[in-house]
Amino acid sequence: MSSVPINHPGHTIEWHLPSKRRVGMSALITGESAIFTIFVAAYVFYMGKSLTGPTPQQILEVPIVGTICLLLSSLAIYRAEKAIEEERMASFTLWLAATITLGAVFLIETTLEWKKLIYQDGLTISTNLFGTTFYSLVGLHATHVVVGLFLLSATFVFSLFGWVDSRQSERFGVIALYWHFVDAVWIVVFTVVYLIGR
Amino acid sequence: MSNYSLSVSATIEPSATASELGTFLERLHGWVVTVDHKRLGILYILYSTFFLLIAGAEALLIRLQLAYPHNHVLSAQVYNRFFTMHGTTMVFLVGMPFLFGFANYIVPLQIGARDMAFPRLNAFSFWLTAFGGLLLYYSFLGGAGLYGVGNAPDVGWFAYAPLTERSFSPGHATDYWALALIVSGFGTLGTAINIIATVISMRCKGMTLMRMPLFTWLLLIVSMLTLVTITPLTAAQFMLLIDRYLGGHFFDTQAGGSSLIWIHFFWIFGHPEVYVLVLPAFAIANEIIPVFSRKAIFGYPAMVSASVAIMFVSLGVWAHHMFTVGMTSVSNAFFTLSTMMVGVPTGIKIFNWIATLWGGRIRFTTPMLFCIGFLFQFLISGLTGIMLSVSPWDWQLHNSYFVIAHFHYVLVGAIVFCIFAAIYYWYPKATGRLMDETLGRWHFWLFVIGFHITFDTMHFLGLLGMPRSIYTYQPDRGWNLLNLVVSIGGLIQGIAVLIFAYNFIVSYWRGKVAGDDPWDAWTLEWATSSPPPVYNFEELPEVHSRRPLWDLKHPDDPDWEYES
Amino acid sequence: MQMAPTRLLIPIGGATACLLRTTTLLAQDRIPTTLAPVSTPAHLIFDLSIFVVAITGGIFLVVGGLLAITLLRFRARKTDPAGEPAQIYGSTQIELAWTVIPILIVVVLFLATSRIIFAIQDAPRPKAALDVSVIGHQFWWEFRYPKYGVVTANELHIPVSSDSEPEATFLKLTSADVNHSFWVPQLAGKTDLIANRVNSTWMDPQKPGLYLGQCAQFCGSQHALMLLRVYVDTPDQFAAWIKNQQQPARQDSEAATGRRVFETQACMNCHTIFGTAATGRFGPDLTHLMSRTTLASGAMDNTPANLREWIKSPDTFKRGALMPAMQLSDKQLDEVTAYLETLK
Repeated sequence: MSSVPINHPGHTIEWHLPSKRRVGMSALITGESAIFTIFVAAYVFYMGKSLTGPTPQQILEVPIVGTICLLLSSLAIYRAEKAIEEERMASFTLWLAATITLGAVFLIETTLEWKKLIYQDGLTISTNLFGTTFYSLVGLHATHVVVGLFLLSATFVFSLFGWVDSRQSERFGVIALYWHFVDAVWIVVFTVVYLIGR
Repeated sequence: MSNYSLSVSATIEPSATASELGTFLERLHGWVVTVDHKRLGILYILYSTFFLLIAGAEALLIRLQLAYPHNHVLSAQVYNRFFTMHGTTMVFLVGMPFLFGFANYIVPLQIGARDMAFPRLNAFSFWLTAFGGLLLYYSFLGGAGLYGVGNAPDVGWFAYAPLTERSFSPGHATDYWALALIVSGFGTLGTAINIIATVISMRCKGMTLMRMPLFTWLLLIVSMLTLVTITPLTAAQFMLLIDRYLGGHFFDTQAGGSSLIWIHFFWIFGHPEVYVLVLPAFAIANEIIPVFSRKAIFGYPAMVSASVAIMFVSLGVWAHHMFTVGMTSVSNAFFTLSTMMVGVPTGIKIFNWIATLWGGRIRFTTPMLFCIGFLFQFLISGLTGIMLSVSPWDWQLHNSYFVIAHFHYVLVGAIVFCIFAAIYYWYPKATGRLMDETLGRWHFWLFVIGFHITFDTMHFLGLLGMPRSIYTYQPDRGWNLLNLVVSIGGLIQGIAVLIFAYNFIVSYWRGKVAGDDPWDAWTLEWATSSPPPVYNFEELPEVHSRRPLWDLKHPDDPDWEYES
Repeated sequence: MQMAPTRLLIPIGGATACLLRTTTLLAQDRIPTTLAPVSTPAHLIFDLSIFVVAITGGIFLVVGGLLAITLLRFRARKTDPAGEPAQIYGSTQIELAWTVIPILIVVVLFLATSRIIFAIQDAPRPKAALDVSVIGHQFWWEFRYPKYGVVTANELHIPVSSDSEPEATFLKLTSADVNHSFWVPQLAGKTDLIANRVNSTWMDPQKPGLYLGQCAQFCGSQHALMLLRVYVDTPDQFAAWIKNQQQPARQDSEAATGRRVFETQACMNCHTIFGTAATGRFGPDLTHLMSRTTLASGAMDNTPANLREWIKSPDTFKRGALMPAMQLSDKQLDEVTAYLETLK
């Protein structure tokens, strides 16, 4: 019993296909990038067009600390990836904790920034075009950070229980890919909102 | 008909006896919790067939109202809900699920895999899509209830802002539209991701990308396109909900917001979306035409590159839906050019299909009849598309019945015809029985006649100045007779579809037994039993050409000696 | 099976029948047809469309014919030899040819089209041009003639253009609420009316008469009854019309009770009657209501009975129109209708 063609000049076929998990996550990232592009497009389109209310120049402060933390967290997760591939699990857990902490710092800074904007400067999502586009875009990104932190925290808890080893390195690599994407989006958002838009 | 069958399927039992299948509840449970791509494919197809009948009924009511001027079958409000729901249903709850349903069923079989890459995501995506549809139709029960068609969306399927803003659409109709489509959009995204991962990562040994069946190639391209097509709509719908519920101003013209960015975002979704709908029709034709001409597809590499070209160019033509919004002459000229350019790879495909037929031995089975209808109708609709791409002419034809005629020519004349062809072609694989050929012919001829009576005539209504989205028209504008003719054609199509529905249901029990390979075809799905076992193939195959079964059936003249 | 000829006959037969019917219809002048242009933009578009039909028609005949011939010639016959026909996988030369030729056709079409795009959109504005502002509302049209100080609704009057006295009308289009579209096919292609945005279009009709159109962008429940009537007047007719429109509203002492009803029953909140205290802007200007042939943007003829019924219950004619039923008594209805009837 055989499957399809039998008489082909015999040579064993080298057959390596890309990992389905990486492909799936890359596809998800492509779709998400399209969503972010639309929100960025709306932000850029409405720059300078608000009829009233506070302008970015007046009230936006550059979130330097959070940005550096988020960028460093990409480095931290890269070290964690290397650690899990080489089964250095203690190192992995540490770098994972560092990633989560840095990500959390970013979120805390965002929270403090929004608190100031809402209560001190009077900017809400309904104040003017700037408010609408700002909170939508930055909020969409922050939501993705929250999801990422959730995935990372779950992994962290599992690794504390000792359930994680190098066999999960591909799966963790996929989460890391997502986290790098979140970081890359922040670079774009940061540039558009805090550098160009002010 | 070939009686050749691979030993891969020789040891499979056709179907278990009734008592072994379990009680009705157990079987129902099996379908509800299934992650098997074949079952999910069938669920998608049944789901979209159901909505095809509903949206078809909506269309018939629309045509009944328009058969005479100042008719009173539907009031303005009810009519506006019906045409909105007809369009929204057909695109999102019929077109997309049908095509993704076929992809689900056939792609893993054609690439020699056991299932999709992510079976649970597959199930989740189906149920999300299903829930989205349910939510959309739940709107009929809102508002004033079934009297007055409830709270169904009434803003047109493209829901232009600011009509959809709270100030102009105070009820929940628009919310149903946005939420239902966001939910089903996530389902669509999940399926697209799944198809991409499956095709890239799960092909059987020897099946390089350039040896995949064209059906699978095109569904890969469609899935990639979907990633960047459905997501702009989801983004815009989020923005709309932010406007409606959080006091946002994305499309609030009183606060400096713009109707124009909704229009841009919508068509950035809307145009590639029609390619998402039509490429699977090409995929189906690519399978059926060769088999019933008894020839390999002519120019496989060109077909692949043309499809990839369409994927990219289709992302740059969206503003041909916006020629009348007052863009600059340079913008209008650019989009005219890009739209004409996308017609080139599309037109080439027709030549490739004709070249495939040329020199063949054409068998006019029902699936082939529908594909032939597709060829003529797609040619015509491509040409009316070129007419519409001529922006000055579009300034007359935009939003008129000429446009409705054009896109129904593609959606019905090309896509629905191919969907029917696909059902007649793959039904034997999925059920083990052939659909009835005589009923199939009745279906085809009635449908084609009704189709042309309706949609050929409709072009003239557009030329005579009749705009779309109107619940009635003035009797002194010269549109009366043509509208009546259009409506009559609709009724004929309705009858044809009923014949089809009867055939579809009854053949499951009374159709001729099909066997593994009733059409004497050449791709891997015909190498396993009909229906396939849950694990598809006993042993995963290894292929060396684009038509593995041709190689098996013609060992003296295998394809791998000719393929470039 | 003789399929292919039948397959062609159906569309051809249907098309011919419709064309014949269409040409007879064109003999009447109430059809808002794109096929009988009377103004330069509409002419340019029509001529271009003939060129496009010639090319696409040619493509249809060639490709469709080839398809039909193929289906006939290569249908499976009982006399076919056993086995499969020769398998042909492709041909680079043929495929190159049928890629290059369509590209050339596209280039030709594009060049022809661009010429017309620029000719219409970037047409230089002649010195003798009339400016009209069009503001779209749900579900009526507001027309303003800034040079003459005239404000009217739903029925547009523009001057005819002749060789001896060329006259173009330039429209500025915007919306007060949702999106609309101004479409009078015999005069020009359509242009959308979008809030916060001013679009422009122009026309120079060469034949006096009445031209019909309607809103061509779905704008809500009564989009279907947002009709357009464009009267192309001779110079004398146009001058007379303008002169009348510039006058303040007639003061007829017999209609004084009706006028008081108008002023006290909240009509002033939405409507303007020039020369009175009524300066509302939400609804149409009624100063010269009786100079219009229809009411409610073409929904019904302008007769006293219709007017009275409209004021009593707009839902009778146009359910979803934003004018509320004014809850007037029969006596008030008679009086206010009589007053409005004096506004010639």
